Amino acid sequence: MPLDAKIPGGPIAGKWDRHLFELKLINPANKRKYDIIVVGTGLAGGSASATLAQLGYKVKTFCIQDSPRRAHSIAAQGGINAAKNYPNDGDSIWRLFYDTIKGGDFRSREANVYRLAQISNPIIDHCVAQGIPFARDYGGLLANRSFGGAQVSRTFYARGQTGQQLLLGAYSALSRQIADGNVQMFPRREMLDLVVVNGQARGIVVRNLINGQLERHAAHAVVLCTGGYGNVFFLSTNAMASNVTAAFRTYKKGAYFANPCFTQIHPTCVPVHGAYQSKLTLMSESLRNDGRVWVPKDPDDKRPSRQIPESERDYFLEEKYPSFGNLVPRDVASRNAKEQCDMGKGVGETGLAVYLDFADAIKRDTRAVIAKKYGNLFQMYEKITGEDPYERPMRIYPAVHYTMGGLWVDYNLMSTIDGLFVMGEANFSDHGANRLGASALMQGLADGYFIIPYTVGGYLAGAQFADVTPDHAAFKETENDAQSRLDKLLAINGKRTVDDIHKELSLILWDYCNMSRTNEDLEKARNLIQQLRAEFWENVTVPGSGKDFNQSLEKAGRVADFLEFAELMVLDALARQESCGGHFNEAYQTEAHEAKRDDENFCYVAAWEFAGKEKEPHVHKEPLVFENVELSQRSYK
Amino acid sequence: MTKTINLTLKIWRQSGPDSKGRLETYRATDISTDMSFLEMLDVINEKLTLEGTDPIAFDHDCREGICGMCGAVVNGRAHGPEKGTTLCQLHMRHFSDGDTVVIEPWRAKAFAIIKDLVVDRSALDIIIQAGGFISANTGGAQDANAILVPQAAAEKAMDAAACIGCGACVAACPNAAAMLFTGAKISHLALLPQGRPEAAKRAIKMLKTMDKLGFGNCTNERECEAECPKEISIVNIARMNREFFKASFFSDEK
Repeated sequence: MPLDAKIPGGPIAGKWDRHLFELKLINPANKRKYDIIVVGTGLAGGSASATLAQLGYKVKTFCIQDSPRRAHSIAAQGGINAAKNYPNDGDSIWRLFYDTIKGGDFRSREANVYRLAQISNPIIDHCVAQGIPFARDYGGLLANRSFGGAQVSRTFYARGQTGQQLLLGAYSALSRQIADGNVQMFPRREMLDLVVVNGQARGIVVRNLINGQLERHAAHAVVLCTGGYGNVFFLSTNAMASNVTAAFRTYKKGAYFANPCFTQIHPTCVPVHGAYQSKLTLMSESLRNDGRVWVPKDPDDKRPSRQIPESERDYFLEEKYPSFGNLVPRDVASRNAKEQCDMGKGVGETGLAVYLDFADAIKRDTRAVIAKKYGNLFQMYEKITGEDPYERPMRIYPAVHYTMGGLWVDYNLMSTIDGLFVMGEANFSDHGANRLGASALMQGLADGYFIIPYTVGGYLAGAQFADVTPDHAAFKETENDAQSRLDKLLAINGKRTVDDIHKELSLILWDYCNMSRTNEDLEKARNLIQQLRAEFWENVTVPGSGKDFNQSLEKAGRVADFLEFAELMVLDALARQESCGGHFNEAYQTEAHEAKRDDENFCYVAAWEFAGKEKEPHVHKEPLVFENVELSQRSYK
Repeated sequence: MTKTINLTLKIWRQSGPDSKGRLETYRATDISTDMSFLEMLDVINEKLTLEGTDPIAFDHDCREGICGMCGAVVNGRAHGPEKGTTLCQLHMRHFSDGDTVVIEPWRAKAFAIIKDLVVDRSALDIIIQAGGFISANTGGAQDANAILVPQAAAEKAMDAAACIGCGACVAACPNAAAMLFTGAKISHLALLPQGRPEAAKRAIKMLKTMDKLGFGNCTNERECEAECPKEISIVNIARMNREFFKASFFSDEK
């Protein structure tokens, strides 16, 4: 089946409006006859649930945490982009579109990205109406700041807690719909599988995490907002429960998985400090607006940072990229930090860190001004490291942060399974091979507030539905499969814990499939992953029972999927014989060590189709056509 | 500098809401002082798992102090001894070699225990559902800069909106009141012009719901403020009370 992205015709600026008109509508009285399942309550899932319910659909929403307010969107710090041009500094929808296409290293769809830039503005309007306490100037107008990889100030923010505030906004809208009886909320549920009937997504099987019961839920459409797969690396900035299971299960049911090798390694994270470490903490890259990144020029210089004179410091980003300086996109900043550490110039006990120094900013703006901008981040840093960043530079190192890859979706955000929509980080759509700062919040809310409410209606209006209840054979079969998988996990009774195996997977991926890759390493990784997967199914131990609150069993199911998914990621990295954005294959680089794309052969989306257990998946290619932005070598010099 | 310490842990174990709980003793050896408190529990759980014992159930997710999922009473203090710190951000450098550490779940009538340190905080969601929102439908908003919000008001609203809904205020309060939680949300919205149209209704409905769910009343103990990991001020309780009185006397809301 050829991949059809269903991109509307006509000039790019009019595509979405035209599509909105062409989408079929459902009469308000009929909307209540349709059940829609939303899985996940982050920015995408929360906003979609609230908006679909507001339109009159009957919505059932599921989340893995104890409350929909806790989804990991809450941890996003820096801000949300919009093309408002309030600062009058030359921004526009076109510029946001252009920056996002270029930032993604020309591996995203023009039409989707243009729509995202258009919708960025009503998102801010809506969020303000909801009462999001965005930062303001003295006159009461909204404040903006510049943010990673942009030369204009288009980022709206609520201190260093923008994600929290936007998520709580979506959560409050969702709460209102729950109170009105328009959304039925199911917290502490984990989606174990998708139910497909006649080629349509018609429901899900979930596990009630409190009592272990499997539950069946039927609907006319399923909207997956289950986030990214960064935790395949074990250590990432993701929350502990973030996982690929829901997405990967639908992949096995026929949804294609696109560009899994596009993972984002974020440059400014608190460095790893021990084998017991459970997660990595991001320091918002807004810090790069005022912090200067440096290492000692001499690898043998082990003096404390403040004793190293200016002339003996290497401000490598400012040197190499004079026009963007410390604000280069994430992939570029991360690779450069790694390069410095590989040369032995890393700092701190492990040598795997670079300095992010605020001394000049404090001298220029005063400590009070810096504290107002970044106070909570500085405090967070001090809590973790026990060091005071007002007095000493922060030590930072890249960490896995975001995954641009995800389930393939068309312009309507529908996957290759009819009626299965995928939004937010869980889909692949808008960020190409590298996401720019403050764009994830924008995309999650665009998908949930302003895209899915229309496109899901278009689908429902045009589809024929058989009568399907949770008693349907497909539900029984899916539930049985899920149950036998759980039983199998509990019966292995081996000698290694789930975390122990997950940590081994982490080392394989971090060593061989991270921000700098080679074909040999990727081949090695593939073998090691296969061996580890076999080891898992023979030697893992999962205590407790399936009929209980059992966090070990939850983790085991997720790691089992990560072990399969990791191979898909490596396979995709091997198939993409070029470098672009977050995917850097050392064989393809410019003389200045920048990613070198091969537009002739790889200007496409790689969408993988599951072909059966232990079989090589098929790759489908969706060509990317650039009619509005000229394909060029990214340069931030 | 990193060093290691040994601790004696007394941890609340309870297999379900209706079963009897008890404190059990565990030894935590060679704990790096750079570990977070939850990483220390991870280490204990890995050991228990390999010994064939049921690991300790505890809620956690982001582990960076923002999701509000984690929390336990450590030596009698919600989220432990450090000010303005969630349990996941509490590091072992604040403990000394040889310490005995008692770890218990949040205790409140409105928070039933699910297992060990895991409690049911859905009552907090129900309070928000009663009115912790602005009824703004998607799609109808005017330009964002058409609403002017004085910077000071926006900052105060943000101070209140920073609440992470962890429930520490309830656990710390001798009356198991949810006044700080509820006051924070009412304040956040009442301080903004967008929140004013529904302010009266919101205050009355949220407070009534809070009472109905079995939370206690405020007797100005200030324990909530002392233990709040986001250091939310009890000024927000005073503001909530003002909003409630205003609404009761001067509005048609009941």
